[in-house]
Amino acid sequence: MAAVLPAAADAAADYRKRNARRLLLVLGGLLALVLSLALDVAIGPGNLPLADVLRTLADPQSAAPRLSVIVWDLRLPIALMALAVGAMLGLSGAGMQTILSNPLADPFTLGVSAAATVGASVAIVTGWSVLPGAGAFIVTANAFVFALGASLILFFMTKLRGVSAETMILVGIALLFTCNAVTALLQYRSNEVQLTQIVFWTLGSLARATWTKVGVAALLIALALPFFLLRGWALTALRLGDERAESLGIRVDRLRLEILIATSLLAAVSVSFVGGIGFIGLVGPHIARLLVGEDQRFFLPVATIASATLLSLASSLSKAITPGVIYPIGIITALIGVPFFFSLVMSIRGKGA
Amino acid sequence: MALAIRDLSFSYGAAPVLQGLSTGLLPRGELAALVGPNGAGKSTLFRCAAGLLRPRAGSTSLDGTDLAPLSGRERARRIFYLSQDTEARVALSVFDIILLARKSLHRGFALAASAADMRAVEAVIAELGLGPFASRDIGTLSGGQRQLAAIGQALVREPDVLLLDEPTSALDVRRQLDVMATIREATRRRRIVTVAAIHDLSLAARFADRVLVMNGGRIAQAGPPEEVLAHPAVSETYAVGVHLERSARGTLLVEPYIQTE
Repeated sequence: MAAVLPAAADAAADYRKRNARRLLLVLGGLLALVLSLALDVAIGPGNLPLADVLRTLADPQSAAPRLSVIVWDLRLPIALMALAVGAMLGLSGAGMQTILSNPLADPFTLGVSAAATVGASVAIVTGWSVLPGAGAFIVTANAFVFALGASLILFFMTKLRGVSAETMILVGIALLFTCNAVTALLQYRSNEVQLTQIVFWTLGSLARATWTKVGVAALLIALALPFFLLRGWALTALRLGDERAESLGIRVDRLRLEILIATSLLAAVSVSFVGGIGFIGLVGPHIARLLVGEDQRFFLPVATIASATLLSLASSLSKAITPGVIYPIGIITALIGVPFFFSLVMSIRGKGA
Repeated sequence: MALAIRDLSFSYGAAPVLQGLSTGLLPRGELAALVGPNGAGKSTLFRCAAGLLRPRAGSTSLDGTDLAPLSGRERARRIFYLSQDTEARVALSVFDIILLARKSLHRGFALAASAADMRAVEAVIAELGLGPFASRDIGTLSGGQRQLAAIGQALVREPDVLLLDEPTSALDVRRQLDVMATIREATRRRRIVTVAAIHDLSLAARFADRVLVMNGGRIAQAGPPEEVLAHPAVSETYAVGVHLERSARGTLLVEPYIQTE
């Protein structure tokens, strides 16, 4: 026994070291997030010198009105929206992947985004608003209601059939295809202007950012992250399989439903605010898994930070490719995200981490 | 002070699995081996006793207290069922999952493990000799190593009742002896009730204080190993002949053989 004990102490020391490293990664991620935010604000049409931008940020009162408008009304809301939407999509994807034990789950795979597109298309083509009095926000409002509706259907179907990961994925996929078909139908019946609008909405664009949206999104993240973290140990236990988790005292069905509601809300808000931005909810959590493993105490925050940073970088890129042109961010995330993701998976897997 | 399972009945759809099963009193400090053919309902019995399945009738009580009315959390504190190893390919280390077994009932924001939790995990790792692979992800381990890690989860929880489903099925001969000795020792030291489903009758005879033979949804025979294994019920249950012998070292050996007419 005496010979074995040092090994156990080593294991504990290893664990502490790894935790310290994971904590460091969280902090490093936050730093990267701040830097990418700064980059995102610094670049854009108008070719403002960096010094001017910084001065306007620090002291908006004395800046020239043109500068003030560009930095405070245009660039900053968009840059913050990129972070907020990235964070919401990342946390939502991470939560879905954990409760469904499926690394391919995210708001897109489960039809939440597709439902939002149906809502937006209904607003664009028929002008019918689900929420009376939505006024200028009719597209956003419809998208939100439809996305939430899809989540509710998912919720009740799974409650009816038993809350297994398989059921949820099957219902989600069925929703996805149904919604896509309805959108196609609406597109078929729309005129050219409407069709353009639908397509543009589907691409996803941060240009729809406003300070109100940024505020709502920030509040939601501030509520959601603690909600998830409170269930950190329970969610980690879920990764060992339903039966083991249940033996460990976790109420698996309830946990799964709670997280489903939270992830749906996050996805519905982000999709209704900026349209369909794919891939972030998939890549962010994946990066987090490679960096810190699946201890949810670290996995969830790192997935959130990584996704926010990624979308922020994509936002900078969308402005940098062609000077003066801002490409819809959904195109950038898909186009740049895929090869980036692929090289990441290959390089880290190669090292056997 | 004992675990008692009484008149337990359960069926999957129309197929009855447990038919009024009673174990008698299983005293604290004793290791009971549950033996029976494949599909006899051993795992179902464990799941019912642990509250993961709701039996159609019957009760499970510990020290005279019925466990059914307890909340899932309370029950999980007292009774732990270790299912047969799941093939979880997860990016969690052996240390992670053993600590997790101790922290799973944790609520609140203090997410870090306490010093006491860390000591408990270290002790289990030392006890089971998991040190050399404690920092490795369970997805990269062999089946036997994963099984040892799972047993670590069971021991670190310190429940009153341990239900172990074939805890040594993937282990080499030395590890089987080590693990069974560790489990028996922990059962005595902590005065808990342990029931382990075991296929190897010799292993059961060697480590168990009591053997329960399960057949047809009931306990066909229960008692000290030497008595029970010599009983015709064992032959009937498995449709084999059973030859018992004491080795030169004093160990009870069980040799099943296929009878020819």
